[in-house]
Amino acid sequence: MSRLEELLQVAFPGDEVSVEDRTGTGDHFQVTVVSALFDGLSLVEQHRLVYNALAAPLADGTIHELRITTKGAE
Amino acid sequence: MTELGTQIKEIIDNEDVTLFMKGTPQMVMCGNSHRALEALRRAGAPVTAIDILPDPRIREELSTQSGWPTIPQVFVRGELIGGADIVEELEQTGELERTLTDKLGPDYRGAADERVVAVP
Repeated sequence: MSRLEELLQVAFPGDEVSVEDRTGTGDHFQVTVVSALFDGLSLVEQHRLVYNALAAPLADGTIHELRITTKGAE
Repeated sequence: MTELGTQIKEIIDNEDVTLFMKGTPQMVMCGNSHRALEALRRAGAPVTAIDILPDPRIREELSTQSGWPTIPQVFVRGELIGGADIVEELEQTGELERTLTDKLGPDYRGAADERVVAVP
């Protein structure tokens, strides 16, 4: 499991989490999370939860580009 | 707040639609900035673009204020709408046009030309 997947599993325990390395270079990612934590939240609030989970790799430059798809469980 | 921070806040609060991007609409330097710009154009948004690349402090000040770590960032009358993924999704569902109509009025299309503002 990749570091990004581990971080997302910690933030969204038991939820559907996927990380795709879009370019095969380990720095452009498509992240998809389906979680009940998103229910009732705006898209901005949903993406903020993902950014919070990935704050370390965002800050240290591991993630050069991040695409996020979020879905509530409802 | 620094002078630059105040300048950025005033743009966000006063412009109808602000797009912080890498490059300019005439020379886009990043795929995600391109995606956000094109979604805004499809919705007819009167875009005020700011290139964050000339000075790293622009991005630092912006992300401190918005709490959003990545570029691009789109604001409508002071409110963070999101980055490229959200703006694209909202454009596809029609929600972006509804937001623009709610905040700018029904005649927002063509109300202003796309323009670039330089900071600091």
